[in-house]
Amino acid sequence: MFQNIGEMLILFWKSILALPEAWHQRRKISEQLVEVGNSSLLVALVMSFFIGAVFALYTGRELAQVGVVDLVGELVGISMSKELAPVMMAILFAGRVGSSMTSEIGSMKIYQELDALHTMRIDPVVFLVMPRMVAICVALPLVVLFSVFIGWGGGAFICAQDKLIGVNIMDFFHELSTNVELRHVAHGLIKAWVFAAVIGTVSCHQGLTTIGGPRNIGRSVTKAVVNSLVLIIVLDFFVTRFLQNLHF
Amino acid sequence: MSSAAANHSESEGPSALLRPPGQSKGIRVQVRDLKKSFRKVVALDRISFEVNPGEVFVIMGPSGSGKTVLLKHLIGLESPDSGQIEIDGEPVSSRRPSRCRMAMVFQSGALLNSLTVGENVGLYLAEHRLKTAPQITGIVAEKLKLVGLQGMEDRYPNELSGGMKKRVGIARALVMEPNLILYDEPTSELDPISAFTIAEHIVLLKRQYQVTSIVVTHDRDLAFGIADRLALIHLGKILTVGTPAQVKASTDPMVQKFLNIEFNF
Repeated sequence: MFQNIGEMLILFWKSILALPEAWHQRRKISEQLVEVGNSSLLVALVMSFFIGAVFALYTGRELAQVGVVDLVGELVGISMSKELAPVMMAILFAGRVGSSMTSEIGSMKIYQELDALHTMRIDPVVFLVMPRMVAICVALPLVVLFSVFIGWGGGAFICAQDKLIGVNIMDFFHELSTNVELRHVAHGLIKAWVFAAVIGTVSCHQGLTTIGGPRNIGRSVTKAVVNSLVLIIVLDFFVTRFLQNLHF
Repeated sequence: MSSAAANHSESEGPSALLRPPGQSKGIRVQVRDLKKSFRKVVALDRISFEVNPGEVFVIMGPSGSGKTVLLKHLIGLESPDSGQIEIDGEPVSSRRPSRCRMAMVFQSGALLNSLTVGENVGLYLAEHRLKTAPQITGIVAEKLKLVGLQGMEDRYPNELSGGMKKRVGIARALVMEPNLILYDEPTSELDPISAFTIAEHIVLLKRQYQVTSIVVTHDRDLAFGIADRLALIHLGKILTVGTPAQVKASTDPMVQKFLNIEFNF
C-alpha cells in the first residue's frame, strides 16, 4: 500500500487541478451523485439508527448505575457527530461506493476503454476521476449529516424504550441540544471530507492501475476497500488530534 | 480546457483540429531499430519499417508475435527500450505523443459501455469542445451513415454485435479526421461477411480520405486483400516487408509456413 501513496497523492493533486473542468463534467458528477445516493442512503439509515441505539444502550445503562443517566443525550449527541457517524459512513462508502468506482474504472482499463480515451487525448483524470471525487466529497458529508440525525433518533428511541435507562425523548433531546454545538457537527463533517478524499483517491487509483484480466478487477476492489479502511482508521486518529488542538 | 486539449490547441489551434471530409492527408511513419522487452521476454527485436503517406500497411503474424505491442508504441501507449518512431518526421513516445491526428480502432471496439453509440462517436468533439451539441449530432449521424449504422445513435454498446462495435469504432476514429488510423485485429471474431464489410471500409477510407492506415492482423485473406505493402512479424522480429507479391515470393520458411498452412485433415 505504502509504495502507492506517492502515486495516490499525485492523482489527488491532479484531480484538484482538474476542478476547473467540473462545470463541463457536471452531467457525470450528477450521475455519480445519484448513484452514490441510491447505493448508500437506505443502508446509512439502518446502520445509523442501530449505531445510535446500541451506543445509547451501553452508555445509558452504565450512566444509570452511577446516577448520571441524564448525560446520555449529550454523550450520544457528541459521539455520533464527532466520531461514529463519520467513521461508520466512511466505512460504508469504502465498501459500497469505493468498490464500485474501482471495479468500473478497472474494467474500463482491462477492456481498453482507457486506451481509447488516450488515443482521443481525453485525460482520464478529468473524465473519470475528478467527477467521482467531486461526487463523493459532496455526498459523504451529506450522508454523515443524515446519519448524525438518524443516530440521535435511534439513541433517543432506545433510551425511552429501555426501562433501565428510562430517559424520555424530550429529556434526551433537551440534554443533547443544550450540550451539542455546531462545532461538534462541523468536526464530523471535516472528517467526512478527509475520508471522502481518501476513498475517492484510493479507489480510483486502484482502478487505474488494474492490470491483467477480469480476475484482477476483483483483486483491485479488495485492495481498494482494505487500503481505504486502514487509511480511514489511521487518519481518524490524526485528524482528531489535529482538530482537538484547534479546539474544534 | 483539459491539459490534453490544451496541448492539442497549442500545437495546431482548435480550428485546425477538424478539416472537412476529403481533406485529411496521410502521413509518413518511420520505425527504426525498435526494441522492447517485458522482464526477460523480448516482445520487439530491432523492428524497422516505413509506411508511406496514404498507404495501407498491414502487419501480419501469428498470435503473440508482438503485433499489438508494436501498435501500442505507435499510438504512444508504450515506450521502447531503444529505437525510434517518427510520425510525420516527429519523434514520438509515451511521454511525447505525436501531435498528428491519430486514431485507433481497437480489437474489442473499446467503446465506453456507459455511453450510447452517439455519445461514443461524438466523445472527442464533445470533450474537447470543438463543436456545439447540434453540430456534433450532425457529424455523428454522418459518420455512422458512412459505416452503415445510421439511426443507431441511441443504442448502447452491449446491444451491438461484434462487427457493429468495430464499425462504431471506425466511426469514432473518423470523427477525429485522422491522418493515421491504426487497426488492431479489425476482423477477429467476425463472420466472413462482417469481416468483408470492415475490409471494404478500410479501403474506402484510404480512397476517400487518403489516410495512412496501419492494420495489425493474423487474417491472411484480409491482409492480402487490402494491403499496399505488408510486413510479417514473428517472435518480435520482422521476417519480410514488401508488396503482397514480394511477400508471397519470400523464401523464408516461416513466411511460407504462415502463408501456406491449410486445414486439410
